[in-house]
Amino acid sequence: MSYISKDPSNPSGSPMTTPERHQGDHADGVPEIRLRTAAIGAHADAPTGTLKVQAKKINVFYGAKQALFDVDVDIPGKAVTAFIGPSGCGKSTFLRCINRMNDTIPGAKVTGEVLLDGEDVNDRQIDPVTLRARVGMVFQKPNPFPKSIFENVAYGPRIHGLAAGKADLEEIVEASLKRASLWEEVKDRLNQPGTGLSGGQQQRLVIARAIAVAPEVILMDEPCSALDPIATARIEELIDELRQQFCIVIVTHSMAQAARVSQRTSFFHLGKLVESGSTEEMFTNPKDSRTQDYITGRFG
Amino acid sequence: MTDAALIAGATQPSGPGHASGSTPKTLAAAKRLKARHAAEFRFRLYGRTAIIVALSFLVILLGRIVSQGWSTFVQNRISVAVYVDPAKVDARALNGVNWDYMISTAALAKLGLTDDDVGERSGKMSALLSPALGYDLLKKIKADPSLIGKTVTVDGPIGADAGLYYKGLIKRSTAEGDRRLDDAQLGWLDQLKAKGQVTSKFNTDFLTHADSTQPEQAGVAGAAIGSALTLIVVGLLAIPIGVLTAVYLEEFAPKNRWTDLLEVNINNLAAVPSIIYGLLGLALFINMMGVPRSTPLVGGLVLALMALPTVIIATRSALKAVPPSIREAALGVGASRTQTVFHHVLPMARPGIMTGAILALSHAMGETAPGLMVGMVFFSSDLPRGFLSAATVLPVQVFIWENASERAFLSMTAACIMVLLAFMILMNGTAIYLRSRYERRW
Ligand SMILES: Nc1ncnc2c1ncn2[C@@H]1O[C@H](COP(=O)(O)OP(=O)(O)OP(=O)(O)O)[C@@H](O)[C@H]1O
Ligand SMILES: [Mg+2]
Repeated sequence: MSYISKDPSNPSGSPMTTPERHQGDHADGVPEIRLRTAAIGAHADAPTGTLKVQAKKINVFYGAKQALFDVDVDIPGKAVTAFIGPSGCGKSTFLRCINRMNDTIPGAKVTGEVLLDGEDVNDRQIDPVTLRARVGMVFQKPNPFPKSIFENVAYGPRIHGLAAGKADLEEIVEASLKRASLWEEVKDRLNQPGTGLSGGQQQRLVIARAIAVAPEVILMDEPCSALDPIATARIEELIDELRQQFCIVIVTHSMAQAARVSQRTSFFHLGKLVESGSTEEMFTNPKDSRTQDYITGRFG
Repeated sequence: MTDAALIAGATQPSGPGHASGSTPKTLAAAKRLKARHAAEFRFRLYGRTAIIVALSFLVILLGRIVSQGWSTFVQNRISVAVYVDPAKVDARALNGVNWDYMISTAALAKLGLTDDDVGERSGKMSALLSPALGYDLLKKIKADPSLIGKTVTVDGPIGADAGLYYKGLIKRSTAEGDRRLDDAQLGWLDQLKAKGQVTSKFNTDFLTHADSTQPEQAGVAGAAIGSALTLIVVGLLAIPIGVLTAVYLEEFAPKNRWTDLLEVNINNLAAVPSIIYGLLGLALFINMMGVPRSTPLVGGLVLALMALPTVIIATRSALKAVPPSIREAALGVGASRTQTVFHHVLPMARPGIMTGAILALSHAMGETAPGLMVGMVFFSSDLPRGFLSAATVLPVQVFIWENASERAFLSMTAACIMVLLAFMILMNGTAIYLRSRYERRW
């Protein structure tokens, strides 16, 4: 099926069975109605959705060293896109182009266009701080602030003025923790330090922190690489739920994980984008031999 | 070679099939092991020796200071009942009355003696008593003139030399000509003590009085207050300026040749001898800017200059120690750079910054040379009243008393050092407390 479509107004046809709207769903124009893939790994029906992020001819330089070469990627909204590829191929670098975290790295230079809803994020008009409120990020190592669980989640809404008052803020915190499926575990100890949680709980706390500012896109850079299989499974479930409301981009080294959670996959190699497509197609019928080799574990 | 064989070869030198190959190998390994253990043992020995040497120097130093200074903290006081003879007191000119004479004759009378014709005996007795007794009596009469004609008991410190005798620092065994008190005076002191006129107690005067020409009346309070005022100036200037400089350099400034140069210069400034800061302060603050000399303000300005590089360096290393993941986390949820620094990085660096700042302050407090250069070598019998009143500081007070000729000041020098050290221990203790209090796991 031809998912890749440069025209954002042309969602690919997919049978609608159970239209679902979720609490807290952002009403951004066209209601996104999508089939929920009940069983993990079932991607026969790729998600519908407009293109959320479009990267065009991205080149990234760290000083004299070029890390990305003419990368073009399309990322659909309300779906999970996985980036795979051997270590050092530029996955994290590309991720950081989307929320302009590369700005904070001295010596890093980005050329090309990253369109978020058709708007170039590198435009001078766009403030990186506001952009990062729209494009949240979850890092490889859980990095909660050394503050209370409540403060961790409340920080973003507070600095962006998203809460009208204390009660409102508490509501946002509770809703975010619930969506990150952490509420039940922490509701009695919101005032205890976030750093006192287990690794998997910390990672869910960090996800709650990211969704508390109501972003449109969530970037996750190897979010499970520091976690045990059970915590990983919980995060994967969570990702699968969150894609109802967010555009999620995940970098992973686990082929199984990419197959389980993503609907779209892009394969990077040596700073170049080799191949992009629906996850099912990439894993069953890759076009490029390098993709084939990587997926089957022959190199990487 | 199979795994099993490898293990056998490693653990059993005479294992089957490897007897010839592994024995010399194992021998060499054993030799290497022995050499390594010997090296480790030697190194530990060097370390312990170094610690013992360092500790014994410290013990000698502290022991000497304490053994010299303790006597200052003991004060011998005398109380004398004086009949205030109306015939000798002119109620209209109380200041003109020879109160000292009245007290020393009263003390002589206590021993069953009277003054001789030339007043030599009362002079000798007067030398044993502090002028503080006379002031005390004058004060009492001024407060209540009806005391004239009655017997008044005055109480005060005995003279410095007499105190030295009671503390065993002037000995009867010394030839009479070589000591400051003659045999007769020593006899009187013994009798006074036997009669219970003399008591000894903790010397609070030393901690509450300003400097004085009379050792028994002099105290460190003037210098301590001067030091405290100076430190307030240093803290108010060096800490905010230093911390903000470090934050800018570490978190905001571009990394280029200029900032590298700046960094090298700051590091070098920390090593500039303090007397040069003193000279700079003299030229800049006193001569050019007209800041009044000898004041805590000018002393504080100079010491703040001196403390700045230390504060900057300490703050920068505390900021460097904050894990970058925290910065990423804050930036990732859309905090601006300033918010990231002030909401997250700075609070996490706070224990390190505070420790560095307090150490810089206590270092500044111990500096003598800048104080000397800006005129804080200053005799004042009044406590400093503010940032603009002339004052001295503790290390300079040590310097002043060290140069004083009277024997009693020798012990006071050591006692002043003890007060200075107590201040330092207090500050460093605070630094340690703050660090452990605010240090959090992350
Ligand atoms: N801050 C940086 N400064 C200089 N070079 C960098 C920097 N970050 C990344 N690089 C280089 O850019 C290239 C791509 O790095 P990147 O971190 O994007 O790889 P990655 O695909 O995320 O790898 P991994 O899977 O190991 O995380 C690498 O060659 C790396 O050395
Ligand atoms: Mg990476």
